[in-house]
Amino acid sequence: MSTPLESLFVKVRAENRAALIAYIPAGFPSQAGCKKIIKAFVDGGVDAIEIGFPYSDPVMDGPTIQAAADQALSQGTGAAEVFDALKCATELGVPAVVMTYWNPIEKYGVEKFAQAIADNGGSGVITPDLTIEESAEWKTAVEKIGINPIYVVAPSTTDSRLGQVTARCSGFVYVASLMGVTGTRAAVSSGAPDLVSRVRSVTDTPVAVGLGVSTREQAKGVAGYADGVIVGSAFINRIIEATDEAAGVQAVQELAKQLSLGVREGR
Amino acid sequence: MTTMQELAGHFGPYGGRFVPEALIGALEELDAARIAAQTDPLFIEELAELHRTYTGRPSIITEATRFAEHAGGARIILKREDLNHTGSHKINNVLGQALLTKRMGKKRIIAETGAGQHGVASATAAALMGLDCVVYMGEEDTKRQALNVARMKLLGAEVIPVTSGSKTLKDAINEAMRDWVTNVATTHYLLGTVAGPHPFPSMVRDFHKIIGEEAREQVLELTGRLPDAVMACVGGGSNAIGIFHPFISDHDVRLIGLEAAGDGVETGRHAATITGGSPGVLHGNRTYVLQDENGQTIESHSISAGLDYPGVGPEHAYLHDIGRAEYRAITDAQAMEAFSILSKTEGIIPAIETAHALAGAMQVGKELGPTAIILINLSGRGDKDVQTAAQYFGIPL
Repeated sequence: MSTPLESLFVKVRAENRAALIAYIPAGFPSQAGCKKIIKAFVDGGVDAIEIGFPYSDPVMDGPTIQAAADQALSQGTGAAEVFDALKCATELGVPAVVMTYWNPIEKYGVEKFAQAIADNGGSGVITPDLTIEESAEWKTAVEKIGINPIYVVAPSTTDSRLGQVTARCSGFVYVASLMGVTGTRAAVSSGAPDLVSRVRSVTDTPVAVGLGVSTREQAKGVAGYADGVIVGSAFINRIIEATDEAAGVQAVQELAKQLSLGVREGR
Repeated sequence: MTTMQELAGHFGPYGGRFVPEALIGALEELDAARIAAQTDPLFIEELAELHRTYTGRPSIITEATRFAEHAGGARIILKREDLNHTGSHKINNVLGQALLTKRMGKKRIIAETGAGQHGVASATAAALMGLDCVVYMGEEDTKRQALNVARMKLLGAEVIPVTSGSKTLKDAINEAMRDWVTNVATTHYLLGTVAGPHPFPSMVRDFHKIIGEEAREQVLELTGRLPDAVMACVGGGSNAIGIFHPFISDHDVRLIGLEAAGDGVETGRHAATITGGSPGVLHGNRTYVLQDENGQTIESHSISAGLDYPGVGPEHAYLHDIGRAEYRAITDAQAMEAFSILSKTEGIIPAIETAHALAGAMQVGKELGPTAIILINLSGRGDKDVQTAAQYFGIPL
């Protein structure tokens, strides 16, 4: 049986466009506020949602997401809030996944975590610091429960390793567009199209590009060669810069609308 | 001692690699470089020559007879890593990794530091070998250790205060890893302890095991037999693994690591990761971690900045689980008492980190009695701690 995420990529391929995937950490700006942001994503035309599990030591994240995670953690965000936010998204009818560093999964219990994803309607989990060498227990759990394990590949990943990593992926392959951490950039790395084409030469799994996408123009550009466009820090910046929560929700929905136009203009 | 399991970067269930995919290439490159270097006579000779003419190796051993009166009368032998250039064992690893950096054709090193000892050693090696050097240091630590910040700057390094998270060593490591992910093509991350992703735990140990190799010979020569116990303080655990490792197959020699209990393990304000933590993943490896029920890292506490870390090297986690090494926790108060006693009985002011090992030896000496021989790694000197100690003992500055 396909996950909602897999069905989404079948649908957007038929529509000859890319999917817009939006990221928000659970508990940010508050647990109630996070749910309002999720609603704004959906109203703004986002196709799939990544719920971040805020973590104390996020080495793959730049200052924007670090600050958001710190705020969420200071308000006591944990596994319960992550699954609550996930459920909020899936009940609105959009495919949703959790993005988390490995230790919270290990602490929660590997199979139990995979089961909780499925129980809350989630399609899968993105694990930015889980290497395939350490993934045996996770592989067993996700196959048993039937959710998508999503790994991140980088420009430095060799062709032979790309084959090994993508063989472990389902749902989509997360392509980090550049060597670096999350955060908005003036331009999407020129290395991204090359990496996407290297990934496509080893797998038929859909490919989504993240790191550095923040504008309609950038989304349009990435949609020209990828199946999905992932945006995180740009949304968080809108929330941080807003004068109040309502204005933040409004700004997020407006950006989502712009980006959802972008992912339809790429081809 | 290298097992097949260790070749894959694991010590039992511990170690491994939990890192962004972007770093895999660099870790593979580093692993290949260090394995090639281990059997390259040119590398071996270059490092040995540096240790002879720059570090000041072999470091001597000193029998501490007056201190021994406070340790049940056992024979106490100090391995004097405090006499190395830059004042601690850290230089052993730093020179080795700096040479590897040159072999890999990289021109820039980055390092994390807590107390500043590893930062100073890294800045020293960078100056010696003409490498650019950036040191990440928690903002809190830059204030506590202003003298070492100045020292690094005098050596030509750039010191970047880290303002994220707890603003201490743990966050300095996070920030160094973010730099590395971004600049990995030109930069080597000169990690300062036996933690992090494979190959760091094995590689850093191999650069430090010269401590135990020398000490084993020196103790045999002095006493005619092996010691009953080998003791060292454990934060990340580099000085401890360095002196332990050559004794691992000497099954009659007890290996005892001393963690920082801060205000007491029961208070929750401590850095005793093995004593008071649980298995988890932090900074690229599976090991014992101070963590909450959600797997979030808990901030550690210790009077000693060098032990103030919520993780520990994965080989220590393994040695603990299999029962080959013992780990005990020493409070701030016990460490400072030992600090004072060694200073006044032997004329050696130890680093506060090292004072934890001395306090442990005072306990173990009393347990074993006067026939025992105890070897302690005197891992660093206390010059950097004069301000902290003066404050602790109420000496006006």
